[in-house]
Amino acid sequence: MIEKRNEILGSLRDLGTRVYDQLDSGYFPSITIPSRSTENINYDPHLRQFVLGDKSVRRSARNIRHVKPFTQLVWAATFSHELTSQRKTSTLRDVYYSAQAYEMTFKDQQESNNIVTDLETVLGFSREDFNIFPEERSAVFGDLTIEYTVPGYEGRTLNLTSHPDGVLIGPALTSAEFAETSADKVIAIEKGGLFTRFIEENVHKKFNALLVLTAGQAPRATRHFIRRLNNEMNLPVYIFTDGDPWGMHIAMVIISGSANAAHLRELNTPDAKWSGVWATDIVNYKLPTDPLDDVDIKRLYELQKDPRYKEDPLWQKEIKTFLKIKKKAEQEAFSRYGLTYIVDKYLPAKLEETK
Amino acid sequence: MAQATFEEISASDFFYRNRDIAGFTNPSRAIFAAIRELVENSLDAAESLRIPPDVYVRLSFEGEVSKETQIFRLRVEDNGSGIQPRHIPSAFGQVLFGSKYKLKQQRGTFGLGGKMAILYGQITTHQPAYVISSTGMAKIYFFRLMMDIQKNRPIILDRKVLINKEQWHGTIVEFCLEGDYLRAMPKILDYFKQTAMVNPYANLTFVDPKGRLYKFIRGTNEMPEPPKETLPHPYGVDVELLQRLIQITSYKNMLEFLKSHFHRVGEITAQKFLEYSDISPSRNPKKLSHEEIVRLMHMLKKFKEFLPPDAGCLSPLGEDLLKAGIVKELKPEYVVVHQRKPATYAGHPFIVEIGIAYGGEIPKKGSFMIYRFANRIPLLYDEASDVSFKVINSMNWRRYKVSPDMPIAIVVHICSTKVPYKTVGKEFIADRPEVRREIANEMREVARQLQHFLTRREHVDREKKRLGVFSKYLPKIAQFSTQLSERKRLPDIEKLLKSVKKFGAEEI
Repeated sequence: MIEKRNEILGSLRDLGTRVYDQLDSGYFPSITIPSRSTENINYDPHLRQFVLGDKSVRRSARNIRHVKPFTQLVWAATFSHELTSQRKTSTLRDVYYSAQAYEMTFKDQQESNNIVTDLETVLGFSREDFNIFPEERSAVFGDLTIEYTVPGYEGRTLNLTSHPDGVLIGPALTSAEFAETSADKVIAIEKGGLFTRFIEENVHKKFNALLVLTAGQAPRATRHFIRRLNNEMNLPVYIFTDGDPWGMHIAMVIISGSANAAHLRELNTPDAKWSGVWATDIVNYKLPTDPLDDVDIKRLYELQKDPRYKEDPLWQKEIKTFLKIKKKAEQEAFSRYGLTYIVDKYLPAKLEETK
Repeated sequence: MAQATFEEISASDFFYRNRDIAGFTNPSRAIFAAIRELVENSLDAAESLRIPPDVYVRLSFEGEVSKETQIFRLRVEDNGSGIQPRHIPSAFGQVLFGSKYKLKQQRGTFGLGGKMAILYGQITTHQPAYVISSTGMAKIYFFRLMMDIQKNRPIILDRKVLINKEQWHGTIVEFCLEGDYLRAMPKILDYFKQTAMVNPYANLTFVDPKGRLYKFIRGTNEMPEPPKETLPHPYGVDVELLQRLIQITSYKNMLEFLKSHFHRVGEITAQKFLEYSDISPSRNPKKLSHEEIVRLMHMLKKFKEFLPPDAGCLSPLGEDLLKAGIVKELKPEYVVVHQRKPATYAGHPFIVEIGIAYGGEIPKKGSFMIYRFANRIPLLYDEASDVSFKVINSMNWRRYKVSPDMPIAIVVHICSTKVPYKTVGKEFIADRPEVRREIANEMREVARQLQHFLTRREHVDREKKRLGVFSKYLPKIAQFSTQLSERKRLPDIEKLLKSVKKFGAEEI
């Protein structure tokens, strides 16, 4: 962790030096940034994620249209350097407001978010690495002991069963070291209701699992956290989502990453499994359903063509089934068989099936 | 041209029949018309001496007639040429006695404006008028006059002679009249402002019945060339005029006849024309038959090689003076003025001068402010009927990157030996194709120049903004990169900032 921090601080400083030296020798400074345009985003079957191609854009302070974003980028680097070296954390919203203290007003949140993404692309680190975090909303629960590295907590440990609502996956947890675990698998769950039900039903004990709440589309810190559990602790990952194209894609992003993060690595978990709710589960378990609406169907056709969905025949099969039955079901649909049915019957069956 | 003969009719008859022509339609119009006629006489009187006019106008309250109508005393003073004492009673006490019956550019045309005002005053208040005048010689003459309306003769009630110690010259007229000042006030003030605009060499002072002082100070001592009298132009003749010229001519052959009685016709032009129209140069004009005279008129109009009338008989304001007037009264950010070469309609020479003013104190109204002038007098009524208004409205202003919501004033001045008014009210210019074409062409010309200005200004603004962006951000880049690279000293960015400026200068 300390090494990584030094590496990040170093590359931020290098960026500053490059700009400084160009200025000092009387040139308009410029920075080359790998292009994030759609044409330059390719799927890499080996990494099993999207990556950026060879195209790059040169942002130069010589150009009237570039000089403002250029300045914003250098500011963002300076701000991140300050955060990282002082070991303070910040959020994207914070960045937006902090800029105003330097008379670097961003037009809107989107503009400042884009600049942070530019900085990620230039450095090849994700913003969490230089201490800019999203709003925390996802959580983890289970027998995992972590050791904090954040200032004031260094060396302190925490067992993640200590709070029955789960522990937020925030900056402190993201930067913590994993000490030990008795679990032998990770179960990621899309919705908070089911996450709480699983804790109440002792799923972590019954199945010897760590439970992760993604709270919808998993934030990047959470995706990185899941990857570390998979890599560092060798825990297989099973993902449970709603039985619709959107749930399916939540699983896919954990497995293969997103196009938006094509400039970053180590956010995906290629070996994670989507365990349900499948379209075929809707049929087999005779779940109560809603009809697919137009947006759902349009989304399914999009996903059908997505390279990530061509990796495993399971995806194409499920997409076809969705399109055939034209129905979708939520995780809560199992409650028609009683509140514990999902834990007692469905979960063990699916874990076995996707092992 | 031949001297017109005066026909004496009953002045009051004429007056009652022609209230509208003279502009004394109602108490509000009457007070406006009275001021206007006297001010214009005063301006003419000073210009005839080629000295910058000083005109002082005072309107004071005398008494109430009804709720809307009061009696006012009007006093107008000028520093003009003054009037010969023997002419004073007739000049102010006899309708249709005047000096304005020659072929040259004049402010009024009837020669009765001032007298009409006094007559109106006498009819409404039964009080005498006072006239004080001197030509700058040893004496000043004072008259108290009334008009014998039946006989159209002045009645001299009193006459005094004063010693002119200071060689004062000018005329003072004072009389009472009925009017509605409150209603007339906006027009009167407009009139003074616009008169000041188109007579930038004049000092105008107006004291209104409430004692408020309005002062329009001259912006220049330069005055336009005075108009000269001129011969008729061949394109402008009609059969009637030809016949009259033939009657009075002393020449016995066509060549001399053409050379002597027409404007801009010399030996060569006359020969070419006679050849073109197949008329023998030695032909005696007095022996032309009626049919031949008609044919001559048509040929004169058809012949293409007559030179256009000389501007000498016209007295346009000139680009510099019009510009000075606009700048003085409208205080714009930018003004462009253009004067067209003289043109003719029906043989009458005319010159169009147009100014466009932008920004500064010109308000944004959602439509252009239009100021119309003819022979240096403002036209204040019936704007929508005027040919200028039609030209302005039919122009594709977008082509010139101009839109009506910009703060723009358009000034159109037409001067002519015969201004083509549409009606006897003389408030707007008729839509004659020749006039319309001149106005339209000139409007395009000034619009183009305004477009250049707007484009340039936009460019300069953009450039300023561009420089602003660099000078805002480059120092910040320097500051942040110094901090980030942990250096002690800020990099020198002066050279870069300078190079941006130089680059900017080239772009302009």
